[in-house]
Amino acid sequence: MISTFANPERFMRFSAWAMPLAAGLAGLMFAIGLPWALIYSPADYLQGESARIMYVHVPAAWWALGVYAMMGGASFVSLVWRHSLADAAARAAAPIGAVFAGICLVTGSLWGAPTWGTWWVWDGRLTSMLVLFLIYLGYLALWAAIEDEQKAARMAAILCLAGLVNLPIVHFSVDWWSTLHQPSSVLRSGGASIHPSMLQPLLVMALAYLALFVALLFAGMRAAVYRRRAEAAQRRRARSA
Amino acid sequence: MSAHRGALAAVFRRDFALAWGAGGGAAAPVGFFLGATTLLPLAMGPERELLAAAGPPLIWVAAALAALMTLERLFQADLEDGSLDQLLLSTAPLELIVLTKGASLWLALGLPLALASAPAALALQAPPALIPAIVLSLGLGMAAFIGVGLVGAAVTAGVRRGGVLIALIVLPFFAPPIIFGAAVAAGAGFGAPFLILGGCALGAAALGPIAAAAALRVHVE
Repeated sequence: MISTFANPERFMRFSAWAMPLAAGLAGLMFAIGLPWALIYSPADYLQGESARIMYVHVPAAWWALGVYAMMGGASFVSLVWRHSLADAAARAAAPIGAVFAGICLVTGSLWGAPTWGTWWVWDGRLTSMLVLFLIYLGYLALWAAIEDEQKAARMAAILCLAGLVNLPIVHFSVDWWSTLHQPSSVLRSGGASIHPSMLQPLLVMALAYLALFVALLFAGMRAAVYRRRAEAAQRRRARSA
Repeated sequence: MSAHRGALAAVFRRDFALAWGAGGGAAAPVGFFLGATTLLPLAMGPERELLAAAGPPLIWVAAALAALMTLERLFQADLEDGSLDQLLLSTAPLELIVLTKGASLWLALGLPLALASAPAALALQAPPALIPAIVLSLGLGMAAFIGVGLVGAAVTAGVRRGGVLIALIVLPFFAPPIIFGAAVAAGAGFGAPFLILGGCALGAAALGPIAAAAALRVHVE
C-alpha cells in the first residue's frame, strides 16, 4: 500500500486537485474560525479578552508536534523503503513545522507577559517546546549542509527519528513537572475539560491550520518533483550536447 | 561479544591512543574545561554567597562545551583516510564498533574531565560533601554527551565546517543530562535527578551507536 503513494506521477496527479482544495479549505476555515475565535467566542472569566490568543497559540502548538510526528513517519518510510517522495515530504514539512513552533513560542510569550507577569520561564513545557524548535532548525541546517541530496535525505531521516524522543516529553511535561503553563485540558484522560463554546472555535482553527499545512506541504513536494525533473532534463541535455 | 573480542579490543586501543593525543593525554580538553570554568566566576562576580548558590551547576555548561569540541573530529579522520571502509569489513557489527569508540573516548576524555570537575566544583564554592555526587554525575553526563554526540558526529562527518552544525544538532539532546546533572550539582546529590541522569546515560549509550552506525553506512555507500 505504501508503494501506491510512492509513485511521483500519481502524486502529481493527486496533488494537482488536492492542493487547491486544501488551500481553499484553509481559506474557508480561517474565514470562519478567526472571527468566531477572536470576536464571537466568550471571553475568559479571569483573563478577559487576552485569552483569545489561545486560538492562535494552541493549534500552532498541536501541529508543531503533529508535523514532527509526520516527518518521523516519512523519515521511517524513507529509510526502510527508500522512496524519494518520502524524503521530499519530510523536507517540505520541516519549515512549516518550524514556523508553527515559532508561532507557538512567540504567541505564548506574548500571552504570558500580561497573564503570568513574565515573557519566559524555564519550565518543562516551554523548555521542551524550545528544544523542539531547535531540533527543527538542526534538521533544516543538516539538509542545507550536505551537498549530495540522497545522502542528505538519509542523514536527515536518521536525525529526525532520533528527535522523536522529544515529542512525548513536550506533551507530558505539564503533567510531570510543576509549571506555570496550564495542564492538559483537551487531550487528556477523562475527556476535555474545556467548555464547548471555546472548544468548537478551537477545533475549527485546528482544522484551518491542518488544511494550511497540507496545502503548503503539497506545494513544497510538487516544487521538489519539478526541480528534480528540471535537473534531470539539464543533465540529459548536457550529455547529448 | 567474545567472538569479536580481538577486533573490538583493537578498535578500542586505536581510538584511545588517538583520543589521548601525542603525549599530551587529556590535557587539552581538560584544560579547556578548567579554563571555561574560570570564566564563569569572572562573569558572575566573586561574591562567595552568589557563587555557592548558583555556581556548581555551571560546570555542566563547561563540560558540554568540552564534549562538543572533542566530537567534531570523531569520524571525520576515519572517513577521510579510509579507515571507515576497513571497519565495515570487520565481522564485528558496526554498532558494537561505534560503541567501543564511544567507550574509549569516555575513558580517554570523559573520565579525566569528570575527575577534573572536583577542583572545578570546589572553585565554584560547591559544598565538599557534594563533590562525590558531582564527579560521578559528570561521569554519567559525559557518557550521555558522547552517546548523543556519536550520532551528531556520524551524521555530519565530511561536512565542511561541521563543528557549528554538530553543536546545533546535538545541543537539544544535551538538554536533559544538563538539566538533571545541574540539579545534582545544585544540591540533590544522589537523589532522583542522579538516577534520571543515569537513565539518560544508559539510553544514550544504548541507542546512540545504533543511529550512528546507520549514518556511517550511508557515508560508505
